[in-house]
Amino acid sequence: MIRKIKKQLINHYIFSLLAIFLVYLPSCKNSDSEVVEISFWGMGAEGEAVQKLLPAFLDDHPTVKVKTQMIPWTAGQEKLITAYASDNLPDVFQLGNTWIPQFVNLNALEMLDSLIFYSSQVNKINYFEGIWETNVIENSVYGIPWYIDTRVLFYRSDILSKAGLDRAPKTWDELYQISKKIKKKLNNPEKYAIYLPTNEWAPFVIFGLQNGAGLLRKGNTLGDFRAKEFEEAFDFLIRFHKEELAPIGISQVTNVYQAFAEEYFSMYISGPWNINEFKKWMSGELSDCWMTAPLPGPDADRPGLSLAGGSSLVISKNSANKKTAWSLIEFLSRPEIQIKFFQLLNNLPAVKQAWEDSLLQHDPYIQAFFTQFHHVISTPKVPEWEQIAFSKVQQYAEEAARGNLSIPEALTALDQDIDRILEKRRWMLSR
Amino acid sequence: MNTQSKMAYFFLAPALLAIFIFFFLPVVAAFIISFSDFDIYSLGNISNARMVGFKNYSVLIKDPLFWKALKNTFFFVIVAGPLSILVSLAAALLLNSKLVRFKAFFRLTYFLPVVTTLVAVAIVWRFIYHPRFGILNYLLSFLGIQPIDWLGDPLWAMPAIILMSVWKNFGYNMIIFIAGLQNIPLDLYESAEIEGANHWQQFTSITIPMLAPTTIFVSIITMIGYFQIFAEPYIMTQGGPINSTLSIVQYMYQEGFRWWNMGYSAALAFILFIIIFIGTVLQLKIKKRSD
Repeated sequence: MIRKIKKQLINHYIFSLLAIFLVYLPSCKNSDSEVVEISFWGMGAEGEAVQKLLPAFLDDHPTVKVKTQMIPWTAGQEKLITAYASDNLPDVFQLGNTWIPQFVNLNALEMLDSLIFYSSQVNKINYFEGIWETNVIENSVYGIPWYIDTRVLFYRSDILSKAGLDRAPKTWDELYQISKKIKKKLNNPEKYAIYLPTNEWAPFVIFGLQNGAGLLRKGNTLGDFRAKEFEEAFDFLIRFHKEELAPIGISQVTNVYQAFAEEYFSMYISGPWNINEFKKWMSGELSDCWMTAPLPGPDADRPGLSLAGGSSLVISKNSANKKTAWSLIEFLSRPEIQIKFFQLLNNLPAVKQAWEDSLLQHDPYIQAFFTQFHHVISTPKVPEWEQIAFSKVQQYAEEAARGNLSIPEALTALDQDIDRILEKRRWMLSR
Repeated sequence: MNTQSKMAYFFLAPALLAIFIFFFLPVVAAFIISFSDFDIYSLGNISNARMVGFKNYSVLIKDPLFWKALKNTFFFVIVAGPLSILVSLAAALLLNSKLVRFKAFFRLTYFLPVVTTLVAVAIVWRFIYHPRFGILNYLLSFLGIQPIDWLGDPLWAMPAIILMSVWKNFGYNMIIFIAGLQNIPLDLYESAEIEGANHWQQFTSITIPMLAPTTIFVSIITMIGYFQIFAEPYIMTQGGPINSTLSIVQYMYQEGFRWWNMGYSAALAFILFIIIFIGTVLQLKIKKRSD
């Protein structure tokens, strides 16, 4: 009797294991061979918006199916790298253009040069040079700009003109002088001229680049933040904190839009993703009280550079359907599709022809970006850049802004940390 | 091995296999990785990883950020741990008292923060702590205290995180304490009362010793949990200002999953493991001695 029960138990056990396998087997079955299915991963809202653009593409390509997936921006890089590690990268995906060096280094991306060469749609001359450049690593193109961004100056035109300047500052000196005047005019310890939060590395790096700093040296293997060019720029920005022209710390401002609307600060360096939010908060009486402008330069002769940002479309090296993947990229690069995409999310189009559309022409806040895109530059193209910018530049900017470290001390420590981070890169290159 | 134990192993096999694959192997792998410089370069091509011996550990010991994170974590454990146990015990005693009415309501209220999503809680607390509009500074202003930038001042950020963590977590330990209190036989109190012991004497001579096993359990669980403090500072301050709320686990997360320095991050994990292990053994030793 007992033996019989045991046998039954074993049978149950084996059958349930079998059942588990059977349930999972059918999903491995091959689908219809004539239909090509490609996968596309987009970040956040872009991943959702692209689904609204796809019907036109599918009409042109009846045998193609596109599987789209949204991944959140905040976990985007982790997800993509994990997908790469498990060989599950999609055929086409969106990649922030500062992430391209990392994925090229992983050998995860397809070189696009020959596809571009034979393409009637994608051509380098249709793009802003500085933006295109971020997709080029060692003379090969790995991504096609999809939408672009950069940072410009958002400013309260009413306060600036009250302080005596009827336009945006064009040079560093003008920026500093007007800040002092604003602070004096508002005469309130709770009001500042400019917001330079130390949890945003971009302004510090931008002003350095404007002043000719290389940031890294010796083939991007050693830190070069101690260089005179960067030190001048860093010193210039920290002065705003020290002279209370900019608030120290980041917790006072929980909502930048509200703070801008209530004159907590009058100038802020930010990107196109903020245009609509500012429009929303600066409504009614305030709607004429703000504007955007290209960034000021170190002096009248040098234009104010800014960062070449945005997202590119890339093809995974292991994709089995590169041709179809490329046709999707070509489709998304058509000027009319770029404009549709702009209408959906306000992402600025990468293709220059799209900028001739009246939608963009008639938006006064977008014009500054158009000008700025002619003067954009990319950050050093090394996989470690994200770590250098987000952890180290921000850390030492905060130390300096709070006066815990002097400027030379902060920059020396910054370079030391960067040299340590880049140790692996030096070893890789020496092999 | 007799047939019965064979049978037992047969049925245990799936569970053991799962533990082996999903627990044992990763731990061994992490241990090996902690002696290598496995990073983003190695992910693409494993030959880019080097075995570096104890280098990760020796760099760690010289890394000021590691010491800062360790100091922050210890500060958190030493202050928030006992504080949260005391608050839990006090709340449990209150709720166990015969004088309190609507016990179920209060128990629910005190337990609510434990089951509330941390992100939602963090948003509310960020408003409470807001230097300009926060209610905390508003209340303190009645005492003539100047506004404090709770989350923005390196001096106050950690106490602010501690306060919020204690508030968020004390309900869980409180429930365990209530269970412990209800297990104390009532006749002990009755006989003490007959002997003429006052409430304080009853508390120190009956409640405290009878609660000792519960307290040991609660303090070990709290200590282990608090050494791994991550979510609260991560959401509230991202480790800032100037790393004054950076914890070991957050540093580990940053190094490992943001910058992909897996080797360094694994070394950090093992240091943390050793610290928690020592802490637990110490507490068990103390318990044995007191037994």
